[in-house]
Amino acid sequence: MKIMAVCGSGLGSSFMVELNIKKVLKKINKEADVSHADLASATPDAADLFIMTKDLAASSGIPEDKLIVLNNIIDISDLETKLVAYFDNH
Amino acid sequence: MLSSWLTHQTINIVDSVDNWKQAVRLSAIPLLESDIISPNYIQAIYQMHEKIGPYYVLAPGIAMPHARPEEGVNKLGLSMLLVKNGVSFHSEDNDPVYLITVLAAPDNNSHLQMLTELAELFSASGDMQAIFQADSIEQILSIINKY
Repeated sequence: MKIMAVCGSGLGSSFMVELNIKKVLKKINKEADVSHADLASATPDAADLFIMTKDLAASSGIPEDKLIVLNNIIDISDLETKLVAYFDNH
Repeated sequence: MLSSWLTHQTINIVDSVDNWKQAVRLSAIPLLESDIISPNYIQAIYQMHEKIGPYYVLAPGIAMPHARPEEGVNKLGLSMLLVKNGVSFHSEDNDPVYLITVLAAPDNNSHLQMLTELAELFSASGDMQAIFQADSIEQILSIINKY
């Protein structure tokens, strides 16, 4: 599966989220192809799961079941909770 | 090593600022003065903020303003401003912001090592609290030197 971390410019915060996604995947023993991109590149068919901040989620046009919304991109435990919930439901 | 980017020349401390725009501009001054960015880069950050919101406020107290390489970056660089009294970036979950770290990336790849180290620092909540409460650039540097 493909996971895309998304931010406004596609090079700062999205990369930090990508690093945390990779750490969580390793911890929970899941494999995925993780990348980072800007909002314009995040079209619904570009990945199976999109991870972004609340600021961007509303205007992203990504369906809710393919979206994880973060309040704090540094908070890796919040990300882990949400990723585990996603894998439990898919 | 973050300490190769964050130095006495690129870190500043102020008690307060009038608003988020002044915070971004003040934090970017070391990069402007050394021609790492052009004034256009700051305008690009303002414009994107006004268009999509405070996209670069990463976590409680922490902002990392940045725009695209083609919007005025000449070289890789990083600068930091500590605002002792905090400043609002109109971020629902993460205001007030105390630490503003301007990222200047000249392309899509050359900053990735720097950002990896910065992410480690930002995730270390004890060290971040110590930076928020620092009174001197030396105190900030003593923490940054660990990353």
